[in-house]
Amino acid sequence: MTPIDPPLGLLAELTHRCPLRCPYCSNPLELSRAAAELDTETWARVFREAAALGVLQLHLSGGEPTVRRDLPDLVRHAEQAGLYTNLITSGVMTDAARFDALMQAGLDHVQLSVQDAEEASADRIGGYAGGHARKLAFAALARAAGLPLTLNAVVHRQNLDRLPALIDLALDLGAQRLEVAHVQYYGWALANRDALLPSLAQLQAATATVEAARARLRGRLVIDYVVPDYHAKRPKACMGGWGRMVLAVSPAGRILPCHAAESLPGLTFPNVRDTSLREAWERAEAFTRFRGTAWMPEPCRSCDRREQDWGGCRCQAFALTGDAAATDPACALSPHHALLDLAVAEAAEAGEAFTYREIGRAPARA
Amino acid sequence: MSAIPADAIPRLARGVKLREDAARGRWVVLAPERMFVPDEIALEVLRLLDGARSLDAVVEELAARFAAPREEIAADVAELLADLAARGIVTT
Ligand code: SF4
Ligand code: SF4
Repeated sequence: MTPIDPPLGLLAELTHRCPLRCPYCSNPLELSRAAAELDTETWARVFREAAALGVLQLHLSGGEPTVRRDLPDLVRHAEQAGLYTNLITSGVMTDAARFDALMQAGLDHVQLSVQDAEEASADRIGGYAGGHARKLAFAALARAAGLPLTLNAVVHRQNLDRLPALIDLALDLGAQRLEVAHVQYYGWALANRDALLPSLAQLQAATATVEAARARLRGRLVIDYVVPDYHAKRPKACMGGWGRMVLAVSPAGRILPCHAAESLPGLTFPNVRDTSLREAWERAEAFTRFRGTAWMPEPCRSCDRREQDWGGCRCQAFALTGDAAATDPACALSPHHALLDLAVAEAAEAGEAFTYREIGRAPARA
Repeated sequence: MSAIPADAIPRLARGVKLREDAARGRWVVLAPERMFVPDEIALEVLRLLDGARSLDAVVEELAARFAAPREEIAADVAELLADLAARGIVTT
């Protein structure tokens, strides 16, 4: 067996608790409760193990990571382990004092999510009154402190028309980067797909908006944008390939190849409480199962793109076909590709109501 | 690309870090949502950006270390730093 390259990134999902209730949340339907969360010392050890394994970038995520009172300590431990720290936050729980504690701890970068550019719509989508205003206040703290800021906007049918305003918002807030991320449809987002899927016309307008803004704002704002699966001909290399670039640790300590992987049946995930990150990365069946190309079915097996997109997303394959080892239906070569067009057509007829993400309120599985 | 004055003090931009990547036997520059591996020359220069040395002092140091003509080093370093500044890696 050839040696396995170490991962570059660790996604640490510190908690599933979050005051917001985004209907596209990428957390699993079965959310962990506070009592199941890893403690400070265990996370500190995980960060040291990650650094020793070869991880360079740490993404502190959730849920809402600032719910953890020990977040500044966690940032400090990560910094001491030599990791580059990126906080992924909704920004609604951090006042000036808490923000300052994070800066003192050595935070390197923050990624702030917004639900829309327009306040009433943003607060409705996030399911949290007053959230948008707090986000703007958080961005002002980051700017005053000189902390590099990326604005993250998850886009879908109900906010995509305001993409130009989102770009203006990123500029107003002093962000250096804007991530325009289309919803990925599994978990909560799949339950809300009819209310979220954009039309092809909307998508084309958005793509044109991004291209024009990129040209206009060169040197001022970097815009990350990927065309969404439901209107694509080929899938994305999900996570840069299964078990290739990054690993994730869930609030309860499960070591995952991808934050959504817990939804896949038939895989047992090692836990940091009894398994080292290295052991999991190099040997756990959950990581070797879809690593590389040997597991692939046709049409991937004999496709010349198999080492570019690695067959796409396992979670999407499972969500849409019931088989985690199938070719991602986002690929036009998948026998299930028609499912996506069908979903787009269905969504065009559907209403705008959401099933909000809440602990202990998982929707029935489709 | 604008030139950096000789008396300016170039340093890594906020959020940019030079780190040893021991697992892969190299040094890397880490920045928000990106990273890159500097070549040997860039690494020598980046390691001298300690927030105290001016561009002039960096050139001085390298000229002494490599026993090379000062003008040549000055031109190379200026070009390299201007490029890194344009990419948001270095500021003055
Ligand atoms: S997507 Fe929304 S609900 Fe989910 S963790 Fe982020 S802010 Fe909270
Ligand atoms: S057949 Fe498989 S490898 Fe080829 S493009 Fe489609 S998903 Fe990628």
